[in-house]
Amino acid sequence: MIEVIDLWKSLGTQQVLRGINLKVARGQTHVVLGRSGSGKSVLLKHLVGLFQPDQGKVLVDGEDIARLKERQLGPIRKKIGILFQSGALFDSMSVGENIAFPLREAGMKDESLIASKVAEALEMVDLGGEQEKMPENLSGGMRKRVGLARTIVSRPACILYDEPTTGLDPIATDSINHLIRRLQRRLQATSVVVTHDMKTAFHTADRIAFLHEGSIYFEGSTEELRASKDPLLMDFIEGRSGESD
Amino acid sequence: MHAISHAIGSGVIRLLRYMGQLAFLVKDTVVSLRVAPLRWGLLMQQLAEIGFRSQLVVVVTGAFTGAVFSAQTYFQFHRLGMDSAVGAVVAVSLFRELGPVLTALMLSGRVGASIAAEIGTMKVTEQIEALRSLGVHPIDFLIVPRILALIISTPLLVAECIGLGIGAGFLVATKVLGVSRAYYMTNMLTFTTGRDIKMALIKGTVFACLIGFIACEEGLKTANGAAGVGRAPTQAVVIASLVILISNFFLSLLLNIFFPAGTY
Repeated sequence: MIEVIDLWKSLGTQQVLRGINLKVARGQTHVVLGRSGSGKSVLLKHLVGLFQPDQGKVLVDGEDIARLKERQLGPIRKKIGILFQSGALFDSMSVGENIAFPLREAGMKDESLIASKVAEALEMVDLGGEQEKMPENLSGGMRKRVGLARTIVSRPACILYDEPTTGLDPIATDSINHLIRRLQRRLQATSVVVTHDMKTAFHTADRIAFLHEGSIYFEGSTEELRASKDPLLMDFIEGRSGESD
Repeated sequence: MHAISHAIGSGVIRLLRYMGQLAFLVKDTVVSLRVAPLRWGLLMQQLAEIGFRSQLVVVVTGAFTGAVFSAQTYFQFHRLGMDSAVGAVVAVSLFRELGPVLTALMLSGRVGASIAAEIGTMKVTEQIEALRSLGVHPIDFLIVPRILALIISTPLLVAECIGLGIGAGFLVATKVLGVSRAYYMTNMLTFTTGRDIKMALIKGTVFACLIGFIACEEGLKTANGAAGVGRAPTQAVVIASLVILISNFFLSLLLNIFFPAGTY
């Protein structure tokens, strides 16, 4: 469904991505691992056209979105939903209005239908009945869940997760991991999860790519990653910095 | 010497770059107005926020400026026996300069700062990227309603400011300082023409565009988290205020060609 070919991107003077190649098959969950600042989120945002590459292609269902103008990206963005690291809820709107936003933008007018879809999306993320709350009154985990409800309410074919568990406590992290898995089963969506959390990676992934210094250093199944004897990968999996006291 | 020329050069480059960024924002807004449906709900919301809720500050500014200007003019003119000219001076000054400029300065403080802070916060909290990811162009959703609301509201607020200024000036001159009502009114109506009104409304519209585009640009380019959000409104107010004052001078000279002052 998504294919990235020789993607290069610099931000300011920093070369963030250096010739990335990645293929995400339909219905699969692809986890992109890497240290903070390795360019994972930049790569993810290219997949929905939020960044334009300096060089390379991003194919979504065979169409190169890298050269499309902002107004031409609308149809592509209806296929791909993204959960932002902070949830990115519109803070002037209630939870219900946030989730209803994509439906209203798609031209849905029937308020009772919108309300039922909002309620269903909130049920899916275990936040039933929270429509009236404002984003400022939500915890970090709840904000991510509401963000996810907003992402899935219009049933995109592909869901991108930008650091879905960063900043959450272990219980909330586990809960989000299960939620991602449940949604994959229920919605049959293609997913790309960007994270540096190994628990999230092993829990959700069909395939894993490891990003290092702007390039794909490793790409394979979870079993292949676990079995790898590469020191860089082993250090990352086991969380070893190599420093001593 | 080299350092001075380098500083001047880099300043000019920064200014040109800023003007280029504003030009792109204007272009994107014009394109949006042509190709995207207008969001009436958001426009109404912004009209209430920008137009309706700015009235108090504009009314107070207009009234007290008119009052004090009338008093000061009287103090000077009274020595020359020209009491009856106070009304004309106050009215023409308010129409041609003080009304539009003071309204614009107050709006840049109240509205420009709020626009820059709101858009800046949305930028650093990924809300603008979220809009884009949902297939909504930020220019259609955030910029166009605010710019249109400013363009519609500002000339009306300028008119309100001038009206209150003239009213307050009239009361101070006639009730407090004893100027003849008949002479005051006659001279004011004689020397104030439709050209003065047109000049006020044109200036109001131009200043509305300047405040709106500068505030939106400062909001959209916000970076570096809370510090950036703190800087955006300050920058918006400082830049807009300076641009209003400088452009007012050139605008006055230009508009005076088409709408000359006086009764000729």
